[in-house]
Amino acid sequence: MFGLGLLARAARQHQLQCTVSRLFSSCRPLAAATDAVQQAQPREQLQYDLCIVGAGPAGLSAAIRFKQLCKEDNRDLSVCLIEKGSEVGAHILSGNVFEPRALDELFPKWSEQQGEGQAFADLPLRQKATADRFYMLTQGSSIRLPNPPQMKNRGKNYIISLSELTRWLAKHAEEQGVDVFPGFAGKEVLYDWHNAVVGVATGDMGIAKDGCRKPSYTPGVDLMARLTLFGEGARGSLSQSLMQHYGLREAAGASPQTYALGLKEVWEVPEEQHQPGLVLHTVGYPLDNSTYGGGWIYHMEGRRVSLGLVVGLDYANPSLSPYQEFQAFKRHPLVAATIVGGTCLQYGARSLNEGGLQSIPKLAFPGGALIGCSAGFLNTPKIKGTHTAMKSGIVAGEEAFRALGLADDAGKKGPITLRNYADRMEVSWVYQELERARNIRPGFSKWGLWGGMANAALSTYLLRGREPWTLKHRHADHEATKLARDCPPKDYPKPDGVTTFDIPTSLYRSGTNHNHDQPPHLVLADPGLPEVVNHPQYGGPEAKYCPAGVYEYAADEASGRPRLVINAQNCLHCKACSIKDPRQNITWTVPEGGGGPNYTIM
Amino acid sequence: MSMNPFCEIAVEEALRLRESKAVDEVVAVSLGPQQVQETLRTALAMGADRAIHVSTEQQLEPLAVAKLLAALARREQPLLCLLGKQAIDGDNNQTGQMLAGLLSWPQATFASKVELDKAASSAKVTREVDGGLETLSCQLPAVITTDLRLNEPRYATLPNIMKAKKKPIAKLTPQELGVDVTQQLVTLQVEEPAQRKGGVVLGSVAELVEKLHKEAKVI
Repeated sequence: MFGLGLLARAARQHQLQCTVSRLFSSCRPLAAATDAVQQAQPREQLQYDLCIVGAGPAGLSAAIRFKQLCKEDNRDLSVCLIEKGSEVGAHILSGNVFEPRALDELFPKWSEQQGEGQAFADLPLRQKATADRFYMLTQGSSIRLPNPPQMKNRGKNYIISLSELTRWLAKHAEEQGVDVFPGFAGKEVLYDWHNAVVGVATGDMGIAKDGCRKPSYTPGVDLMARLTLFGEGARGSLSQSLMQHYGLREAAGASPQTYALGLKEVWEVPEEQHQPGLVLHTVGYPLDNSTYGGGWIYHMEGRRVSLGLVVGLDYANPSLSPYQEFQAFKRHPLVAATIVGGTCLQYGARSLNEGGLQSIPKLAFPGGALIGCSAGFLNTPKIKGTHTAMKSGIVAGEEAFRALGLADDAGKKGPITLRNYADRMEVSWVYQELERARNIRPGFSKWGLWGGMANAALSTYLLRGREPWTLKHRHADHEATKLARDCPPKDYPKPDGVTTFDIPTSLYRSGTNHNHDQPPHLVLADPGLPEVVNHPQYGGPEAKYCPAGVYEYAADEASGRPRLVINAQNCLHCKACSIKDPRQNITWTVPEGGGGPNYTIM
Repeated sequence: MSMNPFCEIAVEEALRLRESKAVDEVVAVSLGPQQVQETLRTALAMGADRAIHVSTEQQLEPLAVAKLLAALARREQPLLCLLGKQAIDGDNNQTGQMLAGLLSWPQATFASKVELDKAASSAKVTREVDGGLETLSCQLPAVITTDLRLNEPRYATLPNIMKAKKKPIAKLTPQELGVDVTQQLVTLQVEEPAQRKGGVVLGSVAELVEKLHKEAKVI
């Protein structure tokens, strides 16, 4: 790593040029042109053996497992973990009914050490699932259906807040010597002349909206590592760039990834409405037969209830608003009965992978690998991805340790390739699970709700996932959107302020905050496209699917025509716009570190 | 746990004073349970030279904080005590003022500009007051509390965060400082503000008068 002359990558060259060209913009006098020389100075570099992007369950499991092995083998290898949220857990949102399978592998004796003063005393797994229920909802009623075998949680799994669990894992990781850095966003992947990943550059801080440097300007640093693991969650910005750079999807012959948007709230409800341990799932209302998705209500401990709606992003009607569908879900008598009289504590939204096995890209590349939802190990019929993410982190951590150890012993320097990580994942229980589940989700895209359920029953009960065919995902989510004129416009009622709310009220409950004086992080490849395509042809779908009200169409003062306004500071980092924009015109880039939602119990 | 925004401004001002050679050393102090060490690490990462953690599980009231800081000031003999004007959880805006009173030092609160004259051992502070800006001069040592427009705090960089992990944090207890921190205030009641009711569109002035008389009861 020291010997390989790392220099300006193509992207960095471009950045330097931008820096220089920015100097000639109106904000600086020409006399300051000499600053260009100073600004071309190299950024500070920090060296690590292993760098992990994202303090989610995958990244933290990888870091912890790596350090466990270091301790066993008496090797001192350095690990750093960067996280764009202001603290660990701030950007974590998940149902979550937690299957402890991977946790058991990471900490084999955790359940025996939960007594006062013991190592796992404050591990936030406090509520076991006590009952499973599955309902088909219609406009006014609910029909109880038998529980699908994938939804059998009673007595085995825990209802948790994943934000809380990641905070616990991060504390443990720090105690083991991992350098955890919240508030730092991975802005750019760093490559060397041999096209291997050699680390990650963190973003500059203190740049104003117009691109000029504020007095508080602080350049980011280059985190150089012999191995970099990317655990950014679904549709991670660096993961997307890596998939493009190395052609990871094409290399694996993978289908395009298909996503859903999950909207969630945590409520505190009156005692009589609380049934701790109840795990309830729904299909049907408010979604129509051609829109995939379903709802959940999980009763946590302490009168808290987690509820939400997952909406498949391959929906066709551009006027559909997942946020409004979620409000409709809450209005349904079954759901309203649980939350009426309660207080909504937090709100949030995040995209999740639904592509399963068919959409997993090539996992490893020179100098790094994708872990967790960045690769896409979520088991869609179970709607669980935490246990598989953690397992991928554990395997990657083990292989990273092995590979670095071998390289050290052989005196090899430079970036490492994790050859065994992908192989081991393929024979692990993760792939076994995903193999069994692989034909369920695509059946819904092909045949709608009823056909999908029939296909799911066939695959689950009769063929048990051993059918010789594999249904592919036909297209990317944005390609499924029909033109506005071909679809009935959706009309949504006003919120009542008691159980349903408008977006600004909900947004306040997400704690989302960005320094507003920074360049907007949502980048349009063609800034004129919304007025020419999105609005006239699709009715401005971004104003409908964004769960944070980032995108709005306002009448332009001069021309009177609708113009797209981007309120970037509202962003919840859910990535729906990156997924669903009809022409893929929007690229989600990472804003200044420390911004975004501040989830604590999600 | 993030640092109170006004305290961040105070740390930034202290660092700028050291950079302009007006002071020699910046010591960051925080009081409370183990978690406050994170805040101290942030201060060290921004550039403070050393940190002191007054450790206690007791809920601290502004007077207790002022007494602890006064005891520390008598030990450390600083030239200047810089505090945020108020904490955004309590919004008390009392600690700086009480500290100055206990030490019998001059105080300049809501500072929007601070100039130190080391030779003359005095400070010129511009304060934000309701009517505008007020500039006063006081002898050192003094207590200054910071307001929003004093400066924009610097970001803690990754290399500095790593260096900060090695900087020392001295630990003290209220007993060692000889201060009794038992709570003297009892919270009787906390109420949410009344829910805003929606507005109503009325049809005529007569209707308005009727509502003002019957419902709002103001006429």
